[in-house]
Amino acid sequence: MQPPSSEGRTVTVALAGQPNVGKSTVFNLLTGLSQHVGNWPGKTIERKVGVHHHRRDGESCAMRIVDLPGTYSLTANSPEEQIARDYVIRERPDAVAVIADAASLERNLYLLAEFLFLPVPVVLGLNMTDVAERQEIRISPRILEAALGVPVVPMTATKNQGVGELVAAVDRVIRGAIAYHPSRPAIREDHRAVLEEIRTLIAGQVPDPYPDEWVALKLLEGDAEITRLMRERMQERWEPVRAVLTRHEDALLAVASGRYEWIGRIVRAAVTRPRAGQITLTDRLDRVATHPFWGLFVLLGVLGVVFWLTYNVGAPLQALLDKHLVQAGAHWLRDVLVGAPWWLVGVLADGAVAGAGMVITFLPILIVFFAVLGLLEDVGYMARAAFVMDRFMHVLGLHGRSFLPLFLGFGCNVPAVLGTRIIDAPRARLLTILLTPLVPCTARMAVLAVLAPIFFGSAAPWVSWGLVGLSLVVLALLGLVLRRGVLGGESLVFVMEIPLYHLPNVRTIALGVWQRTLAFLKKAGGTILVVSIVVWALSTLPAGEMDTSYLATLGRVLAPLGAWMGLEWRMLVALLSSFVAKENTIATLAILYRAAGEEGGLAGALAGAWTPAAALAFLAVQMLFIPCAATVAVIRQETGSWGWTVFSVALLAAISFSAGIAIFQGAALLGIGG
Amino acid sequence: MTLGEKRILPLGELAEGAQARVLQVQGGQAFRGRVATLGFTLGAPLRLLQNAGRGPVIVLIRGTRVALGRGEALKVLVAPEESGDATPQQ
Repeated sequence: MQPPSSEGRTVTVALAGQPNVGKSTVFNLLTGLSQHVGNWPGKTIERKVGVHHHRRDGESCAMRIVDLPGTYSLTANSPEEQIARDYVIRERPDAVAVIADAASLERNLYLLAEFLFLPVPVVLGLNMTDVAERQEIRISPRILEAALGVPVVPMTATKNQGVGELVAAVDRVIRGAIAYHPSRPAIREDHRAVLEEIRTLIAGQVPDPYPDEWVALKLLEGDAEITRLMRERMQERWEPVRAVLTRHEDALLAVASGRYEWIGRIVRAAVTRPRAGQITLTDRLDRVATHPFWGLFVLLGVLGVVFWLTYNVGAPLQALLDKHLVQAGAHWLRDVLVGAPWWLVGVLADGAVAGAGMVITFLPILIVFFAVLGLLEDVGYMARAAFVMDRFMHVLGLHGRSFLPLFLGFGCNVPAVLGTRIIDAPRARLLTILLTPLVPCTARMAVLAVLAPIFFGSAAPWVSWGLVGLSLVVLALLGLVLRRGVLGGESLVFVMEIPLYHLPNVRTIALGVWQRTLAFLKKAGGTILVVSIVVWALSTLPAGEMDTSYLATLGRVLAPLGAWMGLEWRMLVALLSSFVAKENTIATLAILYRAAGEEGGLAGALAGAWTPAAALAFLAVQMLFIPCAATVAVIRQETGSWGWTVFSVALLAAISFSAGIAIFQGAALLGIGG
Repeated sequence: MTLGEKRILPLGELAEGAQARVLQVQGGQAFRGRVATLGFTLGAPLRLLQNAGRGPVIVLIRGTRVALGRGEALKVLVAPEESGDATPQQ
């Protein structure tokens, strides 16, 4: 490590940009593994910070890089936008590097235009120049620089070109080595007087870190947060401002148009485009990928590959880890702990190792999912999948972006909940998280596959399909109910950029997998470990026998409720123990029905003990029951709220029990083995 | 260019491949703000890349492909132009 530079201070640079401009590639190049990933205070949005070391005059200088969320503008329409601008206004980084996509410069300059009003110097990184060149879009960085009044650095981050120059430009701006005189877009002419009027009215009232002119513009744009801030601050003097704003409700368009007119002039001077009508690779691929009919086949193929990888790469690795790490670990612990009290051996070898084992054996599947998701996102396919599925998702009160996370739930609910990050609207994301546990994961399907044949023989596949269908119908109904009830019936807006296809960047994908896996281990790992120790203790203490354990006592207490569903206490205990892992259902049944060890004993014991109606009710409850501890842990992690987590668990318990009661009582009425 | 009555259509009813200019965006402040940011401002030229008659549409506007849900596409009113007219040439 080099000593700090002679100036004795680490500068801070915020990295900003719209989505799909290769910003994370730039951030990864700059900071590598020095990244620290956390959440923005009070939000569930990722906050990435890292340190970049560069050399100036043979001396090493450190630059702290804060990665702002990708946003199209800086109006508080979304939590991301609010975070980005609050950070720049309140924390005052030494500079902002705005990364733009050279191939769609107009839209990208919109965000830059917003930053020019903030009291922090800006440098423009003109990224993806290779893509622009391939489309014969020629940009003169010098003309752009002159017109914008900010340093412009052409770059191709995927080939590591221009990133060093960007750092040098930022460094020069911070040291004051280049004069910084940004030009700024004016509001459309017909609204200049109004803007002046507002400025006069709010003069002297704007609280400290906010620039006056910026606040006036945001008021005209109808920015909810700034409006609230100024209303609270100005009290009775707010009334005239409100009157002006009500008279000019269309001002939003004037501000946006003013910016785009300014951008249009600059782009006409600095950019030469090819004739329109040129057919790009993206156009050709999208003829199939976004086609209302063929697009579904492409999606089906992509999903097929995802699940093929999960079963053929993830699952075998999971089995290997389980055998050689988890079970071997438990064995080793037992050998070491010979002579220790039985409960200590139990806590460590059964509780802790089982919990840690759960966490570890989740990793292969999570890594496969994260890698595939990262790849699809980086290539640009994710937006197409959302587009193709949009019309179907409306049935659930959701839109296209919710499809992929929900679908991943068939593999495992954990990455499904984590995958909801691609959903831009917080409410839609929450709704998707709440619905995810109703997608039957492979572990539930495994339990179904073992139990259904015992009771239903050759009809088992039909019963299984019926129960999967039941889960999905309940999911659809819950979607409609929650959308109207809990989420206020607000219709979800589907507006989404469809990025150009590009070659994936291995480094970006690998770092994404690394960070998400690390986050899962750090945040969910502990919860899972604690839960499995607690459930172990409940199912063993006080006497070391499951029959007399606290869990069994709880099962007996719940027996009256179970009777409504035709479930006896052992079946309830099996359900409760499935909280650690869904597969536990079978193991618990085997212990409680004293069938362990006997060949085919479980099937015989269960077939004798359960009526078909009770079995059907049990399987239905099992499919709809509260998710496993790992899923609950990530629901907590992703919603950032215990309230919603508890709500989700309670809701699923209520739904599954109601379904169990309805099925058992219904079957009894129809005279099926009641 | 023929003078005469300007036809007004919701974006969702524009034919695939047709070009048009934005006349008006209806809906709430948040929605209008969001699409204005993406370039749906007065007079902005656009081309409808995909419209299957149901489900979402894809629009090429200011060099960017933007997908809009069917409901959203009906809130954007446009004036269709003869092909070639709407290429950015102001």
